[in-house]
Amino acid sequence: MPAGDARPVLEVRDLRTVFQTRGGEVHAVNSVSFDVKPGELLGVVGESGSGKSVTMMSLVGLLPMPPAEVRGGEVLLDGEDLLKVSPARLRDVRGGEVGFIFQDPMTSLNPVFTVGFQIIEPIRRHMGLNKRQARERAVELLELVGIPGARGRLSDYPHQFSGGMRQRVMIAIALACDPKVLIADEPTTALDVTIQAQILEIVEDLRARLGMAIVWITHDLGVVAGIADRVMVMYGGQVVEHAPVHPLFNDPRHPYTRALLRTIPTVTGARADKLQVIEGQPPMLGAAPSACPFRDRCPLAFDRCHAENPLREVVAPNHDVACFHPLAHTAKEAVA
Amino acid sequence: MLTFTIRRLLFAIPTLLFIALVIFLLLELAPGDPMANVPLTVPSEVKEQMRVALGLGEPMHIRFWKWIIQFFWIEPLNVFDALFGTGFAEGKLRIISWQNRAPVFIAIAERIPQTLWVVGTAYVVAILIAIPVGIYSAYRQYSIFDQAGTFVTMVGFSVPPFFSGVLVILIFAVQLRWFPSIYDTTLEVNSWEAFGMQVRQMFLPVMVLALQITSQLSRFMRASMLDNLNQDYVRTARAKGLRENTVVLVHVLRNSMIPVVTVIALGVPSIFGGAIITEQVFKVNGIGQLLITAIQANDLPMVQTLTFIFAVLIVLFNLIADVLYGMLDPRIRYD
Ligand SMILES: Nc1ncnc2c1ncn2[C@@H]1O[C@H](COP(=O)(O)OP(=O)(O)OP(=O)(O)O)[C@@H](O)[C@H]1O
Ligand SMILES: [Mg+2]
Repeated sequence: MPAGDARPVLEVRDLRTVFQTRGGEVHAVNSVSFDVKPGELLGVVGESGSGKSVTMMSLVGLLPMPPAEVRGGEVLLDGEDLLKVSPARLRDVRGGEVGFIFQDPMTSLNPVFTVGFQIIEPIRRHMGLNKRQARERAVELLELVGIPGARGRLSDYPHQFSGGMRQRVMIAIALACDPKVLIADEPTTALDVTIQAQILEIVEDLRARLGMAIVWITHDLGVVAGIADRVMVMYGGQVVEHAPVHPLFNDPRHPYTRALLRTIPTVTGARADKLQVIEGQPPMLGAAPSACPFRDRCPLAFDRCHAENPLREVVAPNHDVACFHPLAHTAKEAVA
Repeated sequence: MLTFTIRRLLFAIPTLLFIALVIFLLLELAPGDPMANVPLTVPSEVKEQMRVALGLGEPMHIRFWKWIIQFFWIEPLNVFDALFGTGFAEGKLRIISWQNRAPVFIAIAERIPQTLWVVGTAYVVAILIAIPVGIYSAYRQYSIFDQAGTFVTMVGFSVPPFFSGVLVILIFAVQLRWFPSIYDTTLEVNSWEAFGMQVRQMFLPVMVLALQITSQLSRFMRASMLDNLNQDYVRTARAKGLRENTVVLVHVLRNSMIPVVTVIALGVPSIFGGAIITEQVFKVNGIGQLLITAIQANDLPMVQTLTFIFAVLIVLFNLIADVLYGMLDPRIRYD
């Protein structure tokens, strides 16, 4: 666990991203704030469409603009606001200081270039190495992520690798220039459990050795419980709860987080009759939120939830939640 | 790849023989008589003798066999003789045109340069314009440039060459008098001045043809680019911090070119086929005209030979397109 008082390397304040579509605006990210410190792993969870990927891609301008538009906020990387820098500087940041791993390893590599070419590209671009040095670095990286016979595989094409291997290649690319921040968008979702475990191990190891800050998006709460230091729960384009990993799992405060945790089936104890689901539909994001996004599905919703959008309030050390209900503000022990 | 190519070439032989047979039978069955233009005053016995002299007296399969021998053996020997000054083909009967009793290949060899100059240039011009236009239209989809491109493309698609040809003649040859309206086949390019003339007389037919080919190709290029611009690997390339130029012109373009190159290769036979209508409009004495006049005169050997050459080119360029595909796309393996 990293020192709690280190300065955050990445600090996001009040980020808002809107898509202009034919059917009107989609407010995909609404006033999202978070930070990560060097060596820390921040887990991001939330159901499909809650704005996790869009938030992360907004940080370094990876969204297609138009239709996307970052309406406001600050993205401070070591104090430098990435939303205000020149496109050239942003390109230096991408792949250099901020590494990205994407959701789908099968399509994230270019099918017509060799893996070696694709790893060497960012190395030459950012580290200014010559061809031979860059090749050596590429071999090193592939060995680092556990690809056997790394040197020989540089001249292979992506289709000659399995899904797990491709995701390792993606990780190698993301790590190529020793980034300060690694953003991993569901890096293991498409992989089977053993490969997933191997990749988690690699990342854990790298974090300890290189001291990167990591943002890890996932649907898998088990993974979050295993590797995250802190967890951020997103719903309807907002952060609804944020806490260190233990309080979040032991004492979730937001009704959505509670519901989410209940959806994990257990094998110990009596098996539930059917899988737990969260009833209802995710919210439409047609306008900036003027009420709690979870109100229609919330068992605890009351008048105020329909009239006002709750702000994040600190309820315990390092633990904040965006909910009006008194239950959200009382610790578990007190309720019991 | 090599074994694949050889296998395909071997496989092409029966295909082509079959095509030759089909063309031969179709022409046999088609109504029309090479003696139709002979005056009615000529007695029918004489006409019959003329028919026999043309080789029409023999049964069908013998004539087919003779044609095959002539096409695949005697004509290549003649080419060899012409190249190396040897005499292997002496005294052997070549494929003879019924119109002027001269070997058809001599007529074809005379016409090919005209066609290659005009249609070939149009094809090259079209490729050179269509690819950048397609790339830029896709990259700036729905921009003014793209919209204008779409409009011009629609025009190029929908206006037939017999209209656009006459239109450009009216504008550029009749009104503005910038270019000649008729292509002078006898012009010999032996000086800079003559070269300038050649360029000027090629300009209008090339323009009409290039408009048509560019329209199709630039649309295809645009669609192919759009397909790839939305792919995940493009985002990866951007996330690596690559310049936009590298992202589009290296990562996206390399993928987009795969189907486009194939389509370009498949279109090459049509250059040799000539552009029948455009050649007519501008009086270009090319292959297209040769074919049309041969059909009108019931010159079966000429029609048969030309059609079969097109068939050979089509089969050949299909193979070339496949091989190119395999070379450009590492995921394709032929073995
Ligand atoms: N290009 C786009 N145009 C319009 N709306 C978009 C676009 N991309 C994303 N969105 C919207 O933004 C919202 C958030 O999407 P996002 O991809 O961030 O979800 P997510 O949390 O990453 O989901 P998942 O877990 O399925 O990856 C969704 O409602 C989606 O419809
Ligand atoms: Mg996502």
